[in-house]
Amino acid sequence: MEIVLVGLNHRTASVEVRERVSFTVEQARRAAEELRTRGILEETLVLSTCNRSEVYGVPPESSHECAPGLSSFLSEFHSVRADVLGSSLYHRYDRDAVRHLFRVSAGLDSQLLGEAEILGQVREAYKSAHELGATGPVLNRLFQGALEVGKRVRTETELGTRPMSAAAAGVKLAERIFGKLKERSALVLGAGATGEQVVSQLRDRGIKHLLVMNRSHERAADLANQYGGQVVPWGEWDTALQGVDVLVSSVASDEPVLRREILERAMAARGNRALLLMDLGVPRNIEPAAGELYNVYLYNLENLTDIVAQNRGARESEVPRAEAIVEEHVGKFLSWQASVELVGLVEALRVRVREERAAFLRERVASMHSINPGEVAQLEHLIDELLEKLLIEPAERLRGEKELRRKIQNVEALRDLFLDRREKP
Amino acid sequence: MSHLYLILTTAAYLLSLGAYAAFLSSGKEIAGRAGTLLLAAGLAAHYLALLERSRGLHTVPYHDLYGSMSLFGWLLGLTYLGLEIYHRQRSVGAYVLPFMLVFFLAAQAAPPDKLAPPPAHGPIFAFHVTLSILAYAAFALSFVLSLVFLMQERLLRTHRMGNFVWRLPPQELLERMSQSSVLIGLLSIAVGTAMGFVWVDRLQGQYWYYDPKYIVTLLVLLLYLLYFQLARTTAWRGARASKLNIFNFGVVVLSFTVVNFYFSHSHRYF
Repeated sequence: MEIVLVGLNHRTASVEVRERVSFTVEQARRAAEELRTRGILEETLVLSTCNRSEVYGVPPESSHECAPGLSSFLSEFHSVRADVLGSSLYHRYDRDAVRHLFRVSAGLDSQLLGEAEILGQVREAYKSAHELGATGPVLNRLFQGALEVGKRVRTETELGTRPMSAAAAGVKLAERIFGKLKERSALVLGAGATGEQVVSQLRDRGIKHLLVMNRSHERAADLANQYGGQVVPWGEWDTALQGVDVLVSSVASDEPVLRREILERAMAARGNRALLLMDLGVPRNIEPAAGELYNVYLYNLENLTDIVAQNRGARESEVPRAEAIVEEHVGKFLSWQASVELVGLVEALRVRVREERAAFLRERVASMHSINPGEVAQLEHLIDELLEKLLIEPAERLRGEKELRRKIQNVEALRDLFLDRREKP
Repeated sequence: MSHLYLILTTAAYLLSLGAYAAFLSSGKEIAGRAGTLLLAAGLAAHYLALLERSRGLHTVPYHDLYGSMSLFGWLLGLTYLGLEIYHRQRSVGAYVLPFMLVFFLAAQAAPPDKLAPPPAHGPIFAFHVTLSILAYAAFALSFVLSLVFLMQERLLRTHRMGNFVWRLPPQELLERMSQSSVLIGLLSIAVGTAMGFVWVDRLQGQYWYYDPKYIVTLLVLLLYLLYFQLARTTAWRGARASKLNIFNFGVVVLSFTVVNFYFSHSHRYF
């Protein structure tokens, strides 16, 4: 019941290698099936995101023995030479594999510390493998634990609460001012990449209306079509600014496109309803003096970048708390694993003792002429009773006492002590 | 008040303040829930303290400065708890609890009443005073919410986000909570004042006699109506309305203290 992990991520492999070794959903399913059919793994799960490809499994034999076969499989499956792949792959076993997955799920192993998407990706990978029947009791327990860790880290720490990109910071600011964005409207000036990131995030937050204004009508129409918005002709400020709550600007222009006077007029027309201006243009698109207007909140790219820098520090300070949650759950999982293994060990020991008892009696009773079959049966019964008492009590204690399971660190040692290796349960 | 209720109330309020502050700084949901539960426990203990005092006096427990301040603190907490549950927002608790604690503890230090109590009996008088103090408490809560709004507004406009701005309620919600609180205050003061006139009529056989308190109460009513209107519909929405709200509360404090002590003929502590 050991666990093995073989994989690569943004720290160990270049983008090119990561791209070659990534799995689509269909490929992940096929790989899981093949790994089990070939007998490399008994339980298996493939986790593939843009930054990592990892195969988790329960091998039929020792996890260390199975790892080379797993590496070869990955090389063969993706048609990547073993020497290219070899330097990028990492191998983790048992406790380290469990800790690694829990850290991944918590967002501690992500390129962007504390990112939220990974938890959904772990959930999807588990769902897919579970539906396929590729997971068993060990991986089910392991991944349920990983999902719990991810959830706890997100609710009990601030690792994932602060925005870490200018776009996300802008959207969070909008929520600071307006609350939920479901009844709000946004105007996007320009159709650049940064502006598009904000639009995408605003849409994710359910913004109700989206207006797009760009010098090139075609590009505005493309962006509007992509995100379900509406195109407003360039320069129609009074119409566009009347009903919006958030304005995102990322226009390539040497001079500000939005002057204070335009916004002053717009604010008067809107009855001074609050307006958040996100100026993502370099040079700036909105005249800085517009920020002095009543109920106008003006943020330029530098302001948003400063917020991101503050948040990065805040996230890093949360790492120890997140690590503590990870360690707590690693301990829980290992305790569960030990309980299952120990109970199995006791059962195997019981079978062996019965066999030994039978052989022992056969040998000794044969030399005792005065003993009759009835007495032999009685003797067998008494010895069984004694052996059961000696074995059942520890088995029951192991089931019930978590602390005892924790103390027994090395089940392998017990197994080696009382059973032959070939008799492993 | 028995020492038991004093200790229980103070402890519950202090712990609630600690839990709300922890929620504000760490964002831990469990700390917020603890804050709410401890506030509810504190309000229950505070209520028992008021009840005990009422039984001892054989009348409503607020014809002196102690009772009036204590009831004010209790109603402030109750109004806040109602708004917290209605708006599902716990981030303001850390700002409201200090006010409650100050009123509750100051009430313990208030001098004993040397004047004869008014003929303060009967349900109409009880409603008149309770609703008036509820109105003051609601206005006080609205004042706190406006302060938080202005503080956050300043931080947002100067781009100094810090750590806890992310935990405060959105500006728009603060405005709505403040308006809800003012609405409670307006309804309470309107009904409470009407009941006061009825009670005066029963006591003296006439609805009206001149008391500066009436003028100030009318002014408070008008000022809050103005705030309620401006905050919702005109160019005053946002910081300006919040500043007006803070000014209004200044008038309430004036009515509660200077007017009561030095000018009113029939009101002393409410």
